[in-house]
Amino acid sequence: MGKTIAEKIFASHLVDEPFAGTKVLRLDVVMCHEITTPIAIADLMARGKDRVFDPTKIKAVIDHVTPSKDSKTATQAKMLRDWARRHGIVDFFDVGANGVCHALFPEKGFIRPGYTVIMGDSHTCTHGAFGAFAAGIGTTDLEVGILKGVCAFREPKTIRINLNGSLPEGVYAKDVILHVIGRIGVNGATDRVMEFRGSVVDTMTMESRMTLCNMAIEAGGTSGICMPDMVTVDYLWPFLKDEYQSREAALAAFSLWRSDEDAVYEQVLDFDVSSLEPIVTFGYKPDQVKPVSEIAGTPVDQVYLGSCTNGRLEDLRIAARILKGKKIAPTVRGILSPATPKIYQDAMREGLIDIFMEAGFCVTNPTCGACLGMSNGVLAEGEVCASTTNRNFMGRMGKGGMVHLMSPATSAATAIEGKIADPRKYL
Amino acid sequence: MKQFGGPVLFLDRSDINTDEIIPAKYLTEITKEDLKPYILEDLKLPGFDPKGEKTKTARVVVSRANFGCGSSREHAPWVFEVNGITAVIAESFARIFRQNMFNCGMAAIELSADTIEGLFTYAGCADAAISIDVAGQTLTISGGGTSETHSFDISPFDKALVLAGGWVDYADSKY
Repeated sequence: MGKTIAEKIFASHLVDEPFAGTKVLRLDVVMCHEITTPIAIADLMARGKDRVFDPTKIKAVIDHVTPSKDSKTATQAKMLRDWARRHGIVDFFDVGANGVCHALFPEKGFIRPGYTVIMGDSHTCTHGAFGAFAAGIGTTDLEVGILKGVCAFREPKTIRINLNGSLPEGVYAKDVILHVIGRIGVNGATDRVMEFRGSVVDTMTMESRMTLCNMAIEAGGTSGICMPDMVTVDYLWPFLKDEYQSREAALAAFSLWRSDEDAVYEQVLDFDVSSLEPIVTFGYKPDQVKPVSEIAGTPVDQVYLGSCTNGRLEDLRIAARILKGKKIAPTVRGILSPATPKIYQDAMREGLIDIFMEAGFCVTNPTCGACLGMSNGVLAEGEVCASTTNRNFMGRMGKGGMVHLMSPATSAATAIEGKIADPRKYL
Repeated sequence: MKQFGGPVLFLDRSDINTDEIIPAKYLTEITKEDLKPYILEDLKLPGFDPKGEKTKTARVVVSRANFGCGSSREHAPWVFEVNGITAVIAESFARIFRQNMFNCGMAAIELSADTIEGLFTYAGCADAAISIDVAGQTLTISGGGTSETHSFDISPFDKALVLAGGWVDYADSKY
């Protein structure tokens, strides 16, 4: 009987099975940021266990609130910074070099197919786009990861999600994942790996695959995962060229990490996206979705473009194409947070930042900031935000605020009109 | 083994998320104790007051499906712990929240929708209380002069974590 990619990764990383159904896995990468890691560091120090299992496998970034906004966030940053120095963690990214973790770490080439990855951040599932098993965990699991290089998981069950057909103009990975979550619900994939397959995924860029996998957690999924292929090899090639003689050789090595044809899935769901419309959320759960035609005209106070979901260069290009030569509505605040310094620089060189600024957008430094209501664009009571982020919980971007999730294209059209708008009329 | 139990806080809604349990703006706190005043601050439920007496006295939470969805923040179980709540009973949990509870040596107990519905019939009793025997995998709810006992499933691993008082010491001694 064949195996799924998740089963293969679990089998190859198994350290212990202390009880039936519980697998303790060896970790390839432990990622850290300044919100959930300092408290883990403090606890390890209090326990007399201020150690790290392998400084080369730990990657750390200050990204949620940066530059620090007050004494408390400055203390968190200092704790992470001091710890990284103390333990010789070379891959540590501070102000000037720092970006949103799930955009920055792939960009640095830290993830490979077949890897196991954890982070004290629920959107760690993003890294499954590379054919890795990547899961968000809490601070205690993070402590054990830092200390021992292991993490415990339940035996994975996989839902195979076939995305068939081809995406219509103006419809993107964000619309697809919102549609899927709308179908299966916010707990539709709890304790499950969501394996994204089909012709639509095959033709997607790595950026789009990251968008898909990023929101697996919004359906409760442990991880999203895509099959590694030549698109994966091409993205990682700058980091692979010393390891492999050719791209074909890398592809051959990566193909070990593909689900077998006769793998058994708990569930197989088929979606034909050929007639999909742009999708927008309403309400306070990511599974509350509507086609844009049903919600267009809803006024918004702010448009936020950024985050680990949609703050990459591809997203900026899509939005800039719509915004070029236009002004955003005078009733709207537009905020762009490029997800990493490289994305920011590439966007400047391409002239995208000019387009955003001439349209009336405020461009911030790379940070998670407003996405979780911590800094750089928090909403006031009663305000409404059109956002390319991943979570629309009540008050998420600020107490009393309301968030509509959408693609970069829909957010750009919405900025122009000051109310939720169909991007297809601007293409 | 640690005994869990006491007065119950009933939260009658599915999909109660981590932002509602502890808003992100408090994640800048470095100690668990500093989280204490902010428990369930953003949870809007008819008749529920996060600053009310019931929140202060509760030792067990009973809720519906997909409890603790959203963020990985362990601050969510911690804000319960520092307020004296060490067990949550629900139809189902989000994975990370559930594991965080057991990793901290606390209990996240799943019961069927019907059984949970039965527990909610005690919501009107001023003296509603639940005692939980994790080793024996049973819980007893009492209130208004009646009581009933239910058994529950818990994975052997999660049970071991509760017994060990949490995952850090367990893992450090074993791996």
